[in-house]
Amino acid sequence: MTTLPTSTDRKLGLVIDLDTCVGCHACVISCKGWNTENYGAPLSDQRPYGTEPMGTFLNRVHSYEVQPEAGSAQTVHFPKSCLHCEDAPCVTVCPTGASYKRVEDGIVLVNEDSCIGCGLCAWACPYGAREMDQAEGVMKKCTLCVDRIYNENLPEEDQIPSCVRTCPAGARHFGDLGDPNSDVSQLVESRGGFDLMPEMGTKPVNKYLPPRLKDSWDDQSLLAPMLAPVADEPRGFLSWLDKTLDKIPGGSA
Amino acid sequence: MHPAPSVIIFSTLSGLGFGLLFWLGIDPTPPTGMTGFIFFAIAFALAVGGLLSSTFHLGHPERAWRAFSQWRTSWLSREGVCAVGALCILGLYAAALIFLNIHIAILGWIGAALSVATVFTTSMIYGQLATVPRWKTPLTPALYLTFSIAGGALLSGRTTIAIALLFFAAAVQLAWWQRGDKAFANSGTDLGTATGLGERGTVRSMAHPHTSPNYLMKEFVYVIGRKHAMKLRVIAFGLTFALPLILLLLPFSHIFAALAVLSHIAGVATSRWLFFAEAEHVVGLYYGMR
Repeated sequence: MTTLPTSTDRKLGLVIDLDTCVGCHACVISCKGWNTENYGAPLSDQRPYGTEPMGTFLNRVHSYEVQPEAGSAQTVHFPKSCLHCEDAPCVTVCPTGASYKRVEDGIVLVNEDSCIGCGLCAWACPYGAREMDQAEGVMKKCTLCVDRIYNENLPEEDQIPSCVRTCPAGARHFGDLGDPNSDVSQLVESRGGFDLMPEMGTKPVNKYLPPRLKDSWDDQSLLAPMLAPVADEPRGFLSWLDKTLDKIPGGSA
Repeated sequence: MHPAPSVIIFSTLSGLGFGLLFWLGIDPTPPTGMTGFIFFAIAFALAVGGLLSSTFHLGHPERAWRAFSQWRTSWLSREGVCAVGALCILGLYAAALIFLNIHIAILGWIGAALSVATVFTTSMIYGQLATVPRWKTPLTPALYLTFSIAGGALLSGRTTIAIALLFFAAAVQLAWWQRGDKAFANSGTDLGTATGLGERGTVRSMAHPHTSPNYLMKEFVYVIGRKHAMKLRVIAFGLTFALPLILLLLPFSHIFAALAVLSHIAGVATSRWLFFAEAEHVVGLYYGMR
């Protein structure tokens, strides 16, 4: 049914740390790999070795420059995938009931057998989280690796979304954002996590953590006192070596 | 937004077809026999032809029947239900008129209401989308409904009503364009809110996720048409309203009436092409584009 649940038991989602993301795109590749081989239709590529290659991706990394009024600009790498919104506009517009939001964990999924490929859900999504697969003619989107997180055949450390498992910078976190005591909720609380396009009223479950402010050139490093020379004048053997070397013609630096 | 030809053909032809069906449905003395057959055949050809065309943009047209199920939330599903309802009921109404010479007025009224409802639901598919600020306005249903009913009046030969309605539809079109040009800026959505980084400074897209355009960019960031948008608006306005009005105001002749109809259809198609080509989806912001 495309009627949204009034509430979900859990709100599984991602927390993405824009401070630590290094823009390596490893999450993009691992997502493409896992989701091509597992749940639903494979993520096709068009002209992969030709001109203007194109393909279906459930996760993409943008790069932005933020220029403050004063000071130097900051580069922010920005991974973006489905935010599993509480008021998901993509679900209610679906004419066939292929799109749905699960009551038990809030994951937004597409039943590909019912999808007619009309594309309206992609039109309704402000985030560009849904992509029509050009080979299969059905809508693809992030499943939050629903086939990993409940998969008891996998080792426990692998029972998290592929992108989270892969991120070498630890910039992606997975958990229940409906539980205020969960690690991810605490992280959002302490770091001031925010929503994308809150004015759209979609109530995204996924949160983004802001980049920390950059140092200024005038800032004194906390480590500076430790970098001071321990002894201004050498003593003992080093003192003798110093003096001896000074005596050799040729001067010193 | 990418202007898919199938969707433009659909909304142009079906809009006119359901507009004609509306007038045939509420007509107290509808045409019967052979005349009735011709009128209904034209109306059904336009409405059904348009609907069939719209299935060509589907990834899986063979599953289209599933689209009747989610009318509780989906305007697209409601459109399907209303369209099939209108066609079935007016099919009976037309058959009674053509073959039995019986006018079942109540069927005509229900069918007319469903025809209007079909056009309204079509317009709401676009009018509901907060992601396309140019479309998200009550003026969008007003635009589709006035175009459909004015076009229907023109097709059914109601000259006086058609003239009045064409003037009205022209005013709605101008108001829709006028509002639409400011809609994106007024929506308050920009790259700053899209990334949540706007309060820290000016955000600029530095690198796209991939080196060549993807589905999202092809579907939602369509910039080709915008170059000539103003010229096309003048052409659309002239063909949809100005030329048909001049032809209708001249002494009546069947040739002028036919030319007025053809001009109107070409104009509506141009206007619908612009409806898509000029529409900017907020996802373009993520790519530093509109």
